[in-house]
Amino acid sequence: MRMSIREAINQALHEEMARDERVIVMGEDVASDQGGVYGITAGLPQKFGLERVIDTPITESVIVGAAGGAALTGLRPVAELMFVDFLGVCLDQLLNQIAKFRYMFGGQARTPVVIRTMIGAGMGTGPQHSQILYPLLAAIPGIKVVVPSNAADAKGLLAEAIRQDDPVVFCEHKAIYTEECEVPEGDYVIPFGQARTVVEGSDITVVAMSRMAIFAEQAAKQLAGEGISVEVIDPRTLSPLDEGSILNSLAKTGRLVVVDEANPICSMASEVAGIAVERGFDYLDAPVRRVTAPHTPVPATPCLEAQYVPSVEDIVAAIKTTLDY
Amino acid sequence: MEYTKETLAKAYRLMKSIREFEERMRSEYQQGKFPGFIHIYRNQEAIAVAACLDMNDGDYIASTHRGHGHCIAKGCDLEGMMLELACKEDGFCNGKGGSMHIADMSKGMLGANAIVGGGPPIAAGAALTAKTLKNRGVSMAFIGDGASDQGTVAESLNLAVVLKLPMIFMYENNFYAEFTRNPKPNGRIAERAGAYGMPSVVVDGSDFFAMHAACSEAITRARDGGGPTAIEALSARYYGHFEGDAQAYRDTEEMQRQRIEGDPLPRFLADPRAGALDQDTIQAIDAQIQEDLDKAVERALAADDPTPDKLFTNVYVNYEGELR
Repeated sequence: MRMSIREAINQALHEEMARDERVIVMGEDVASDQGGVYGITAGLPQKFGLERVIDTPITESVIVGAAGGAALTGLRPVAELMFVDFLGVCLDQLLNQIAKFRYMFGGQARTPVVIRTMIGAGMGTGPQHSQILYPLLAAIPGIKVVVPSNAADAKGLLAEAIRQDDPVVFCEHKAIYTEECEVPEGDYVIPFGQARTVVEGSDITVVAMSRMAIFAEQAAKQLAGEGISVEVIDPRTLSPLDEGSILNSLAKTGRLVVVDEANPICSMASEVAGIAVERGFDYLDAPVRRVTAPHTPVPATPCLEAQYVPSVEDIVAAIKTTLDY
Repeated sequence: MEYTKETLAKAYRLMKSIREFEERMRSEYQQGKFPGFIHIYRNQEAIAVAACLDMNDGDYIASTHRGHGHCIAKGCDLEGMMLELACKEDGFCNGKGGSMHIADMSKGMLGANAIVGGGPPIAAGAALTAKTLKNRGVSMAFIGDGASDQGTVAESLNLAVVLKLPMIFMYENNFYAEFTRNPKPNGRIAERAGAYGMPSVVVDGSDFFAMHAACSEAITRARDGGGPTAIEALSARYYGHFEGDAQAYRDTEEMQRQRIEGDPLPRFLADPRAGALDQDTIQAIDAQIQEDLDKAVERALAADDPTPDKLFTNVYVNYEGELR
């Protein structure tokens, strides 16, 4: 069935809440009639009631922390951190509490919590509502980070996230909610740590995630017309990261471009480039090239924002430069 | 309220266990036998014991960096604690938590916390579980006077009221936030709860019976669906912020007076309500505690350190990748 990422996430929430009554949804505006800013939780309060779909005050520390505490004691909360930028006001609960429960309690704890959050630029939402921040999250031992780029992945990965016994941050790019694709019928999950080959190719590997996987696919299509065969790999989860699929592709193509909407320093692009250099050095026929946002905040003005976000043209140019090396 | 001899003996045993456990810890720590930082709870024992007396293993507490007393009051095993404080493999947390992160999920003890004000959101979550599962469970956050100023505490107070959570905010006002005297008059911390619409009470924290009356009422209210309560327990800290703190910031005379007046143990024993507790019982309890502690310390010091592979265990329940 064809559906958008937004519909796929909404459907996964409906199905997981029906499947397991320990699943609750909590956050700002989640029980409102419109289902939050982008309608992601629409229909849930009517179906599952306000005891399981819980509107909270605008207090991110206690949204995230209480979701963690509820997970620690027997529920499977899906908490919404409306925009990932709000990590700034609640990071302690994720970084020092939730992420560390299991380790610092010597394996006594299970914390099956999912934090759904919106990421990314492209909607003119400016410096405090447009960031990516997933590299910061992927760097924290004890949590997992998911970055779906299409509806089928979004549904299967969210179902898997909710059924996991570890804390998961599920990053939804706000600029691709309406992207549609075929979604399998029935119940399914997508295991973590398994990349998806978006496009098969033989000349060069492009690793790209979230919205950038869509841009990379467009770049690959464009270059196919010029006789260049691009392989696009979407890791889908950043922690755990499917290093094997990336290295296997690199072994085949010998060239690598990594596309990441994050700021460049300590980005996922840096991480993948590091892995390629450390573990795939013998495969490399050219330097690894990173395509990222610049080391600046996200500007509100659409003209500068367009310059900030890596474009299909940027990816095409990076691929050509790498092939010309 | 009338107290059976059994309840009195339990309360005394727990308070005395905390006292003796920590005094033994101090002495071992001063000899360099235990690693890290420790924070001693002395003279606040009646708070934890009164707070946990009406709870069972299905009720939850979120503790603080000064958490040994909370653990013992919640029923944690002294030997398991001693092993964890010595950071040994067989400790509650395989030595990976230590004094400031000790937890015992089997007793509903959701962890000490080395982040001041880190616990209340977690306790609110545990209360949300109890409310959602309708199991009549309650959850309590211990909060120092220093932590009471953290935003997480304010957020938790508000959420607890908005969602009518079965929760107790146990403010332990020991007069000092680390090295700084609390500038607020006593009672001002509990007062804040009222601004959120939560009932509150200020209690002498070295008076076990007064503490227990307040805690019983709050726990009953929470179990019956009446929502959260804040309790401010006043009890001056006996020692410094951490073991080894010279406390140059305290007035010596005042401190000596506080140490004597604030000791909950003689006060408990002198109270007519503890009359059923006879000398023989007290002596037997004291002797048993010493025996248990001797055994616990001996085992903790002789126990094995975690093996190197333990660095990588329990980061996740399951990680679909390589940890290196």
